[in-house]
Amino acid sequence: MSLPDYLPILFLIILSTVFALASMLAASKLTPKRVTEAKSQPYESGIVPETGLDDRERFPVKFYLVAMLFIIFDIETVFLYPWAVAYGDLALFGLYEMLVFVGILLVAYAYVWKRGGLEWAE
Amino acid sequence: MDFVAPKIALSGIAPEIALAATALLVLLADAFIGDRPRTLRPEHGSARPGSGILGNRWHLPLLSLIGFGAAVYLALDAWDRVDATGATTQFSGMIAVDGFSVFVKITLAVFGALTILLGHEYLVRRDLEEGEFFALVLFSVAGMMLMASSADLIVTFLALETFSIALYVLVGYQRSRLDGQEAAMKYFLLGAFSSTFFLLGIALVFGATGSTNLYGEGGITSFLATTPAADLSLLVLGAGLLIVGLGFKVAAVPFHMWTPDAYQGAPSPVTGFMAAGSKLAGFAALLRLLDVVLFPLRWDWRPLVIGIAVVTMIVGSILAVVQDDIKRMLAYSSIAHAGFVFTAVIATNDRGISGALFYLATYGLTIVGAFAIVAVLGGPEERRTRVNDFRGLFAAHPLLAGILTLLMLSLAGVPITSGFVAKLVVFGAAVEAGYTWVVVVGAIASAIAAFFYLRILVVMYMVDAEVAEEPKAVMGPLSIGVIGLSAAATLVLGLFWSPLIELAEKATFFAGP
Amino acid sequence: MTFAASTLPTDEATFAQLIFGAPLLGAVLLLFFGKRLGKLSGIIGSATVGIAFVFGVLSFMDLTSIATGHGENARVLTKSWFTWIEVGDFNVHMSLVIDQLSIVMVFVITGVGFLIHVYSIGYMSSEENYGRFFAYLNLFIAAMLLLVLGDNLLVMFIGWEGVGLCSYLLIGFWFEDRANATAAKKAFVVNRIGDFSFLLGIFLLAVSAGTLTFAGINESAVSGAIGGSMATVGALLLFGGAAGKSAQIPLYVWLPDAMAGPTPVSALIHAATMVTAGVYMVARTFPLFEAASFDVLLLVAWVGGATAVITAIVAAAEYDIKKILAYSTISQLGYMFLALGVGAYSIAIFHLVTHAFFKALMFLGSGSVMHALDGETDVRRMGGLRKVMPITGWTFMMGWLAICGIVPFSGFFSKDAILAGAWADGQYVLWGLGVATAALTAFYMSRLYLRVFEGGVVMPEGTHAHDAPPTMAAALIPLGILSLAAGALNFPGGLTFEHFLEPVLGEPEVAHGLTAWLLGGAATVVAVGGIAVAWALYLRAGGLQVRDRTERMLGPAVRAARNKLYVDRTYETLILQPGRDLAVFCTEVVDRKIIDGAVNGTGKLVAGSSELLRRLQTGYVRNYAAAFLVGVVVVFSILIVRVAA
Repeated sequence: MSLPDYLPILFLIILSTVFALASMLAASKLTPKRVTEAKSQPYESGIVPETGLDDRERFPVKFYLVAMLFIIFDIETVFLYPWAVAYGDLALFGLYEMLVFVGILLVAYAYVWKRGGLEWAE
Repeated sequence: MDFVAPKIALSGIAPEIALAATALLVLLADAFIGDRPRTLRPEHGSARPGSGILGNRWHLPLLSLIGFGAAVYLALDAWDRVDATGATTQFSGMIAVDGFSVFVKITLAVFGALTILLGHEYLVRRDLEEGEFFALVLFSVAGMMLMASSADLIVTFLALETFSIALYVLVGYQRSRLDGQEAAMKYFLLGAFSSTFFLLGIALVFGATGSTNLYGEGGITSFLATTPAADLSLLVLGAGLLIVGLGFKVAAVPFHMWTPDAYQGAPSPVTGFMAAGSKLAGFAALLRLLDVVLFPLRWDWRPLVIGIAVVTMIVGSILAVVQDDIKRMLAYSSIAHAGFVFTAVIATNDRGISGALFYLATYGLTIVGAFAIVAVLGGPEERRTRVNDFRGLFAAHPLLAGILTLLMLSLAGVPITSGFVAKLVVFGAAVEAGYTWVVVVGAIASAIAAFFYLRILVVMYMVDAEVAEEPKAVMGPLSIGVIGLSAAATLVLGLFWSPLIELAEKATFFAGP
Repeated sequence: MTFAASTLPTDEATFAQLIFGAPLLGAVLLLFFGKRLGKLSGIIGSATVGIAFVFGVLSFMDLTSIATGHGENARVLTKSWFTWIEVGDFNVHMSLVIDQLSIVMVFVITGVGFLIHVYSIGYMSSEENYGRFFAYLNLFIAAMLLLVLGDNLLVMFIGWEGVGLCSYLLIGFWFEDRANATAAKKAFVVNRIGDFSFLLGIFLLAVSAGTLTFAGINESAVSGAIGGSMATVGALLLFGGAAGKSAQIPLYVWLPDAMAGPTPVSALIHAATMVTAGVYMVARTFPLFEAASFDVLLLVAWVGGATAVITAIVAAAEYDIKKILAYSTISQLGYMFLALGVGAYSIAIFHLVTHAFFKALMFLGSGSVMHALDGETDVRRMGGLRKVMPITGWTFMMGWLAICGIVPFSGFFSKDAILAGAWADGQYVLWGLGVATAALTAFYMSRLYLRVFEGGVVMPEGTHAHDAPPTMAAALIPLGILSLAAGALNFPGGLTFEHFLEPVLGEPEVAHGLTAWLLGGAATVVAVGGIAVAWALYLRAGGLQVRDRTERMLGPAVRAARNKLYVDRTYETLILQPGRDLAVFCTEVVDRKIIDGAVNGTGKLVAGSSELLRRLQTGYVRNYAAAFLVGVVVVFSILIVRVAA
């Protein structure tokens, strides 16, 4: 493949950029702007926030920590699915590999637990 | 699809495995062995009551050092093997096992061990968490090592991210320092930014050659060898982006903007480690990529790299001149040094490669010592790192001032220091390759650079009545040891350089297709 | 006669480096601890020179002891420390040589130097920078010894520059006074002209002779290895250096001004030792001068003769006691060059020795007078001082009679030998010049002596003259004795001194028999005549009228002499003013506009670009990322251009 072959792609990039910018511009120019209370409220997955605008509170940092830990371990389970599908072909080699993988996870888990990363309150 | 289990030969990445395993052990030991204060006190200044200068958790650094020892041992073992049977690849051609990678790995292990020693004392004095620090250093060294032996662009990317992410955290390790937080954030954002370009580069290379593998069958090397008539423009563009991504790691202009902020904000032992290790790892990948794999394309990439080298040398040197903070100044100096190493990359000959290895090894030893001195003088939060804070250092700590003089002279490239020999070697390689004018630019940059090193020296030896606060070094046996070692290496390698150079020359052989 | 040192059996000079090391050690000590040592510095300074003298004696004994073993020519001791320069076949060793010539110089330098050091203890006692003075003085002695001991031109040149530096430092010792500093500068600059010539000569000889050792140069000169014309240029260049250091026409103007320094300095450096370095150098390299195709020696003789007469005339018109002695020194140095020019090398050295004694004596005497009269230097305000300060007066008389050339004082023998040498060489005109100088010398020295020490006592108001303190007397008396008796070194019957120097300098051709007696008689008559005239004009009752009448008769001549024959003014107009203009041009235009512009421009460029680049370092991540992106775009553009081409 030589460079000229990519020219259509380049055009596409330009075109899409121009289109995106143009529509954003049009939207910002054409839409009416009305600030309402509801619009200013924090969005919490469609649930009506318990707290009002007046006493917005900061979320404890633990919230994020737990969320991240959840995601990390959650994603790791995702890796188990393809492994399980191919397990028959991988045979023992696959088992060892997964043991190592899970072992590493276990160390991380133990560390987090021992260090109090999972405790919600001190 | 038939799955063929790869032949497991671990000798190529045994050092990395050892380090990673040690890191895990350190984490476990940190969590389960010994009592730790329940709450982490962000205050600092005094060591924990009742603990000696080595702290009461000395088993963690010891474990880390054992890990580095094991890594060195395994690397030497790999050396014996490649020395006997020649360079090979492992893991389906994804790992190169050759002299080059072994040399880099041993050097990196030394940098890592020095950082552990220095870090331990630094952390104990400031009452900071230790376990994670050591684990992060171990992980990042493992990543750096992998950079050196990676024979596949994907592995390179993995290695790059492994050591980078560890470094992002290390930069902001002292959480009580706002500038540290800021530095870590900037480094992380820009690092992620540069990674995207690196990835895009890999994608382009893959698009051009159909492979991300450097040596294997159907890999880039064989692609270049077998399809001479092919249109290589896409490959060249991809290579350009790879240079951008790696140029970021070695702090080449114009991808250097993070350097001063990160160097200043990071704890000094980490700064020294970044300057020494990050640069070595980045250049290891660059040297393999450009001087070996893309050697047939040198006429295409060389003008670009020459431009980067020249701009890096000059901008680094010039900007260092106006810095008032010694860590920022050393950051710009490290940028300039990256430029000097680039002259060896340009040379594309064996002398250039071995010269670059020698340069990076000696520069690393020197800069670790320099930042160690900054660390012991900087105070709890490293607020005393302005050039003026070094006023009267000679009167207060003559020996320390003497050593700092030696290190600065080495960075400036003054004879009888290792820095001089290193410059001589890389410049010599560039001249040999016919790039005398680049060397001339380098010499001019060195001359400009000499100015700011000398500025520190002048300030140091000045006895001034107006010294607001005399420099006060707080150092224990570990700092003293590291500083002494660095000074000794700087001097000894300045006088008896040939063993190391010969070693580097001997190590300059690569795994091939 | 052969000169190849390498072919001669030479012995190790055990003491050579000690001779020159002792005062060097003293200098270093005093430079660093002079302030703390206080009055002790004078004693240390003197002692180290005394030690050097002792080592000189030991070397002399070594030298004479080996003579029996190898014959006369073999009297050479060498000491080589290390090879200094080694380029192909061209070597320069850092080595010293002790032979008859250098040992004589060592004796003069350390002997007279020691006495002057002792004298200085008293003379400089009220000086604030006492230690520094002795440090410089010791450094000078060390450099001078290196100059005479060096076995090649380059080592000599180090000493040469060293004594120049010390001379500069000591002339300007009281640099708080602007005039002194100017005088020091003048001495330095004029000497630089000579030094430059010397250096060119060294380069030329290095190229043409392939060696810089005196033995090597002299040998190639004798064997003809250096061509006649090459030898001419080399000799001329060397003589240029000699003329600068030894204050000969046209480079003598610095010496009178050099009297701004302390009087012991004038005695040591500007009379006895440093200014004779040129004489020594020409004597050392005389085969080169003889090998020259153009008669450089004749030029040397004429320059010497002319200098002798002209400065004697100026001396006769001076009123400043030290300036008279300074012009007299130049005149006597002219004598020595005259002697060199007519081939009487050993006699030139002999006169150098006697002159060192009597001129040092007279300088020290004049210093004693100034010391007594609160620094007064005008002879018109002095008179009859011998009665007030007998030691100074009597010893000064010795010097006076010696320089006038009265039998049996030392000056008679050396001066007479020079005149005899000129006559024997057939240079009758030069002989005439010498005799005229002798007459003038007798006149102006008598004018000085009679005015200051004889007749009625005259002193500036408010001064209480006293005789020299013991340390000063301790220097004056031995020098007085030497001025009287040094002739014994070379009495016409034995000619011990000449024979001693013969292996190095050859045998001088002098008049013999009746001619010798006649010449000696003529010189004496002339000298006595000069003294008589001076007596008539300055001491005899009614001398003043005669003086007035003569002065009116010789009006323009006297005025010219009083104005130093307008030499300084001529230099001022012809050289200094244009030079100054050029310098102004250089500083104003070349330096400030062009060079400074370039230098500052570079500095500004670095600082400016640095500032500019620094502004890019905003601290905002978005700007960093933008810069990064710009970098990527540039990289991409470069590569696209590259692959498209």
